[in-house]
Amino acid sequence: MNCSKMEQSLIAYLDGRATVSERREVETHLAECAACRVRAEQFRSLFGVMDEWQVPPISPSFDAAVRARVAQLPARGSFWEWLMPSPRAAFALTAVVLLSVWLSSVRPTRAPEAAVAQVQSSGETDFKMIEDLPAIENYDVISNFDALSDLPAAPAAPSQDHPSL
Amino acid sequence: MARSDVQLMLDVKAGDEVSFELLLHRYRTPLVHFLYRMVRDQAAAEDLAQEVFLRVYRAREQYEPSAKFTTWMFRIATNLALNAKRDGRYRQLEVTIDAPGETDERQAPSIEVADSRPGIESELIARDRSAAIRRAIEALPGKQRAAVLLHKYEEMGYDEIAQVLQCSESALKSLLFRAYETLRVQLAPLVASGRGPAAQPKPGEVRTS
Repeated sequence: MNCSKMEQSLIAYLDGRATVSERREVETHLAECAACRVRAEQFRSLFGVMDEWQVPPISPSFDAAVRARVAQLPARGSFWEWLMPSPRAAFALTAVVLLSVWLSSVRPTRAPEAAVAQVQSSGETDFKMIEDLPAIENYDVISNFDALSDLPAAPAAPSQDHPSL
Repeated sequence: MARSDVQLMLDVKAGDEVSFELLLHRYRTPLVHFLYRMVRDQAAAEDLAQEVFLRVYRAREQYEPSAKFTTWMFRIATNLALNAKRDGRYRQLEVTIDAPGETDERQAPSIEVADSRPGIESELIARDRSAAIRRAIEALPGKQRAAVLLHKYEEMGYDEIAQVLQCSESALKSLLFRAYETLRVQLAPLVASGRGPAAQPKPGEVRTS
């Protein structure tokens, strides 16, 4: 083994995780290379020095903070989680939604004829309903108002057109 | 017998909240310590660790026991810490923490105090040495720093660290060697003088050796 090969095995040798053959190779090299011996010794010392770096204790509120953040997760996730175990249900729901969207986009093309028929059939009942509304309970008075018949011909024109509708 | 991490995580996936509490209890200390050493700020480390646990919980439905739980958790933690450092999210906090260390390094106050109060003197030396170690590790490139912390302080195996950092085991060994080589040079005065404040020569000699 040469010095450049130490890059792959010296650290593992020092932390005790090298294989038996690796350890033997490193020891052979260290016996004949003073520079690597010094480096190995200083690495050992460095590991000891690094142990001096202590970390502060965790704040007592840490667990509560994690729980609070977990509790704040959006509810939307739970809906999808509920849906995901059943892909058939998800597919069925999607199909229903798409079908209803498609049907609502198709319907308006036939709507005018149906609407006209509906207006014609219900026109008379609507008129009776309006006549009975309390707000215009004096419908007869308003319709036979003398002032209206005294008006010139122009306003009367629409009333002549009316029967043709 | 205690349930394995994988079993606990599978139980969390099945909707068992108590298993999540057990994972939290088992790993909060190594996780916060690792993140503290990564970002050098306690509040930031705890904030990031909470984020890690939150992500673990959120990903429970997709969890597959293909990798070790700790590998997955430390990968999330490493990525979060490296991104936070890159974004400079906790820069302000680091500056305020660095400031006292810089003045301590000049040694003048510690020598002055040492003449009359030896107890405080050794405490100041210890703090000074600790600050030097922190700064040397802080100066390492992100991936080397994570590798050193996982190897030295979390005592993780080479195969697992390689998986956390998503590199080959051989690349990891070279990475660690280069990182420790840098630290050996940077911390030469401490390394040459031996281990611990108790083994130290008189104050003042630390920097001149």
